[in-house]
Amino acid sequence: MGGNSPCASCKLLRRRCAKDCVFAPYFPSDDPHKFAIVHKVFGASNVSKMLQELSVHQRADAVSSLVYEANARMRDPVYGCVGAISYLQNQVSQLQMQLAVAQAEILCIQMQNEPVMPTPQMDPEDDKSFLLQNNLPQYLNFASSSNVIHDSLKRESIFGDIVS
Amino acid sequence: MNSERCAACKYLRRRCPSDCIFAPYFPSNNPQRFACVHKIYGASNVGKMLQQLPTHKRVQAANSLYYEAQCRIQDPVYGCVGIISLLLQQIHNAENQLAKTQAEIAVLSNSHTQDSQFQQNFLLQQGNVGQSSSPSTQPSSWFK
Repeated sequence: MGGNSPCASCKLLRRRCAKDCVFAPYFPSDDPHKFAIVHKVFGASNVSKMLQELSVHQRADAVSSLVYEANARMRDPVYGCVGAISYLQNQVSQLQMQLAVAQAEILCIQMQNEPVMPTPQMDPEDDKSFLLQNNLPQYLNFASSSNVIHDSLKRESIFGDIVS
Repeated sequence: MNSERCAACKYLRRRCPSDCIFAPYFPSNNPQRFACVHKIYGASNVGKMLQQLPTHKRVQAANSLYYEAQCRIQDPVYGCVGIISLLLQQIHNAENQLAKTQAEIAVLSNSHTQDSQFQQNFLLQQGNVGQSSSPSTQPSSWFK
């Protein structure tokens, strides 16, 4: 059979593409840019070590994520993927705030709904409604309570310690 | 005179020149920082990346490289792309929850408006004859 066409990695590295080349399944010769960018950011030797430390069924995903990170780093040489993480964390925070406001609004509406009845029987000496009205601002402040998203994001805060 | 070598030059077992590209960002008191970055990117690539940036941007670049290297060491398959994926999922969930909550607000607001209308009409029928009312009046402030 004719010679196998070297994979994109071996073409770039100008070496013989072995049968068991670790790069070949993930860097086909028809997409030279993919390996070029990964090589530029991580280096072929490091990529090879990383892939060899993974089981075979994990390598395709690892290559995809390395390519993604390399592309991000080329687009933004200062922040790379961290720029995207920062932006997304900001979005999550904004959504959490909007959700807290909406949940507080529901509480307000529910509390306003309670005293409304077709045959009102409001006891003037009953200070329950008075207490509710006075507590409304506190409920609004209390609306920013703990949130599962916020707690999990604490682990991923940028430049903070990553939980091992 | 032996000035202390930076963490990079210590790791690479070489003399640390006065204009060492790594020294400002990889101090000798944090050897793990350079070890992480070296494991994923290699010293040569890190040096090239820093040299291609203006000086005032190199701190942030070194920090982000360290962060990404840590992510990759902790998650060798997905690295920080795993975090991006998680955040996207959280955004999706939060948007859904927000939409549900806003729908609930709309329902509650409608039901409160209908109760108020009913009460108003009832009171009018009781004794306030002559006052014209518009049952379909809906305060626009209920709706956003």
